[in-house]
Amino acid sequence: MGAVTTKTEEVQENYLNAEYGWKSWLFTTDHKRIGLLYLVSITLFFFLGGLFALLIRLDLLTPPGDMMSSEAYNKMFSMHGIIMVFFFLIPSIPAVLGNFVIPMMIGARDVAFPRLNLLSWYLFNIGGLCMLYAVVNGGVDTGWTFYPPYSSNFSNTNVAMAVTAIFIAGFSSIVTGLNFIITIHTMRAPGMTWFRLPLFIWSLYATSLIQVLGTPILAISLALVAAERLLHLGVFDPAYGGDPVLFQHIFWFYSHPAVYIMVLPSMGVVSELIPTFARKIIYGYKVVAAASVAIAIFSFLVWGHHMFVSGQSIFIGMVFSLLSYAVAIPSAVKVFNWTATLYKSSVSFQTPMLYAFGFIGLFTIGGLTGLFVAALGVNIHVTDTYFIIAHFHYIMVGGAVMGYLGGIHYWWPKISGRMYPEIWGKLAALTIFVGFNLTFFPQFILGYLGMPRRYHAYPPEFEMLNVLSTAGASILGVGYILPLIYLAWSMRYGEKAGPNPWFATGLEWRTPSPPPKKNFLETPVVTWEAYDISGQPDLVERLHNEDRIYKSALQAEERKREELGVETPAEGA
Amino acid sequence: MAETLIADQHAHDAAHAHQFDDVEQQRDAATMGMWVFLATEVLFFGGLFASYIIYRTLYPAAFAVASQTQDIVLGTTNTAVLIISSFAVAVAVYGAQTGRRRTTIWALALAIALGVVFLVIKFYEYYQKYVDHHVPGPSFEFPAPYTEPAKMYFTLYFLMTGLHAIHMIVGCGLLAVMIIMARRGDFTREYHSPIENSGLYWHFVDIIWIFLYPLFYLIGRHLE
Amino acid sequence: MPERIVTVNVYAKILAVLLILTATTCAVSYIDMGRMNLVVMVLIACAKASLVALIFMHLRYSRHLMSIVAVGALFWLGILVALTLGDYLTRGWQ
Repeated sequence: MGAVTTKTEEVQENYLNAEYGWKSWLFTTDHKRIGLLYLVSITLFFFLGGLFALLIRLDLLTPPGDMMSSEAYNKMFSMHGIIMVFFFLIPSIPAVLGNFVIPMMIGARDVAFPRLNLLSWYLFNIGGLCMLYAVVNGGVDTGWTFYPPYSSNFSNTNVAMAVTAIFIAGFSSIVTGLNFIITIHTMRAPGMTWFRLPLFIWSLYATSLIQVLGTPILAISLALVAAERLLHLGVFDPAYGGDPVLFQHIFWFYSHPAVYIMVLPSMGVVSELIPTFARKIIYGYKVVAAASVAIAIFSFLVWGHHMFVSGQSIFIGMVFSLLSYAVAIPSAVKVFNWTATLYKSSVSFQTPMLYAFGFIGLFTIGGLTGLFVAALGVNIHVTDTYFIIAHFHYIMVGGAVMGYLGGIHYWWPKISGRMYPEIWGKLAALTIFVGFNLTFFPQFILGYLGMPRRYHAYPPEFEMLNVLSTAGASILGVGYILPLIYLAWSMRYGEKAGPNPWFATGLEWRTPSPPPKKNFLETPVVTWEAYDISGQPDLVERLHNEDRIYKSALQAEERKREELGVETPAEGA
Repeated sequence: MAETLIADQHAHDAAHAHQFDDVEQQRDAATMGMWVFLATEVLFFGGLFASYIIYRTLYPAAFAVASQTQDIVLGTTNTAVLIISSFAVAVAVYGAQTGRRRTTIWALALAIALGVVFLVIKFYEYYQKYVDHHVPGPSFEFPAPYTEPAKMYFTLYFLMTGLHAIHMIVGCGLLAVMIIMARRGDFTREYHSPIENSGLYWHFVDIIWIFLYPLFYLIGRHLE
Repeated sequence: MPERIVTVNVYAKILAVLLILTATTCAVSYIDMGRMNLVVMVLIACAKASLVALIFMHLRYSRHLMSIVAVGALFWLGILVALTLGDYLTRGWQ
């Protein structure tokens, strides 16, 4: 139980200052600290992956690709893809924000298996170190997809180590997913029924399902590639009667749903941001919740749309094409519900909300172009072109990263106990939005015109659009560095945040910021529906007071103007 | 007085972790956690089973002929050995549930012994494959026209039974730990999640073998 | 949910059934039934696996959720196999 403390002491003590020293971090089983450990790890990988992206864009600044050889370029895009997918996007929201807020959102003291949770962070880092070893020791040039027979029999780069790295990191992902599923099932606070759960929990539950059901398949497919490379037990080797296309089936069975591991949590964040900053109950709660689970299930039925030109049968291609259209339905349902929530609401345009708007817009573009490429005929025209690159970056960067940054800003007061500087937050959000579109929109056009992906040189007529894209990438880079600086700054100098700076309705906002080690001073009891502010009278009263202060400030302003004789602008003028 | 009470309470709840409200919630979480873990294991093996199904569909004749080279006596014996070991583990869990410590320990010891018997037979079979040049690689030999697809059969055989054998070794280790815990008196009628979960793992490994046995030993027998 | 304890007697009966099924599947595999050999073999294996899961693994006495997890895993594997086979079996179609 630990030392008995009085209540006032407990209020001041929080998870950040409860213990000090590196041991208290590296051996912690506190889900909040593990979330922060993950934040540090994935931020490092994000900027490493970003560096590779920057080098790719710099090389593409000129048509002949003067900066690097084609071999070096192959390694650059491979390592960019591997690091961003497996070491940033997949752990991003679940392992950082999920770890931090899930137990608090459901009113629990910790996740179900805190030690497994720590193990998952160590596995992630061991995998990460293996990956870094592969990067500095020759790199990898297979692309992030590791297609045999190139990856198994021909590539002379460090494929085995990279595959091992992903295998290990995969288990960290499985452990995180498993932990969340059990936590959500067994550890909800009294009164927290399934349909009172915040939608972030629903989307992370769906994400965890994919992690648990899909990742083992990725692990085995990569293990088979490694077995083929090292032991020459060739399951995919045509010399043994094997079929390389079978690898693609098994690989994409995980790797397509993996896209939803990246974007579903972002959808969850947006489902939190919109009711909070629009001051309205989400439109169609149950439909949005069900859509998350539907996306998780549908995501496993569509993998063949990555293989339309692989030599799979035309018939199954048609089936996959049809099923791919079906997955658009729950995604669109979500977008419609968010928009409907905004209707006649009072939106406050704070930084997290800007990211939410960015997400909706960019995800819609990414999703709609997804419909283009789900069509067999169009797909063949744009396969392996920059159209595909632009499409999935709109989902993964425009969708997943926007949601991640929105979530980081939204929960930052809870994580650090401090507010980030709002002006800088808005500036960064706008910079990222502009930079992102400038980087990737030209790539749609490039791809449509026929510029293939994964080449380090291109014909001169594509130069203009490539220069635009590289320019955008540099703006995007600045946009990503800004939050790193001002968030770090705010940890020390930021304005102190109260328990609930956003007037949000989730349980995590009913405990001090930063929260005490065991999350709540007493186990919360939930008596209200999700996002229903009227269920929390204290919150309603605070909101009214705030409103009154705001109104009286407005009135004082008006009086001042009248005294000074300044005419108030007539309405409608 | 209060301190003794707390100390008593603590001794009573030795196995009760702080994040749970009560022991029952903790047991629920542990059991469910194990089942979800086994679900991931199903899919982990599943990638290989899927590969087997595809290649068996593509090369039914070669797989049938290759399977005839297996030693049916050893394979069937191993199946029986594993099933009996599963029974022993079930009895061990029963012992923990009813507070019969000696039963638990002896049943676990029997299960481990049977597991070792299984592995010894398995590795003897591997050795036989080596002698017969049935290990995929440069020295692989198999009569035409089935040379290549038979290589695929043996590749899958080694990968799937190998992965299964690794699980068996892990399982033996787990059961050994359970013996230590049982001897220490860690399990009570209320709290025995570790042994129950280790049992689930062992039974799962048994189930995998229940499928491997017909797929590798029996598919070609009727054509002999 | 309170635990239900299964007696050793029940386990022993299940063991006997499992061993009989093993002997059966081995014996039946020598009878030429064409394609039915594979079907019978897989069905017997499924029966054995179900017995182990239901009785030895206590699935029958646990919360329904555990059965959902178990069936869900098999269902997911089924998706992988079905759609992949769907490719290989229809490659010849024009």
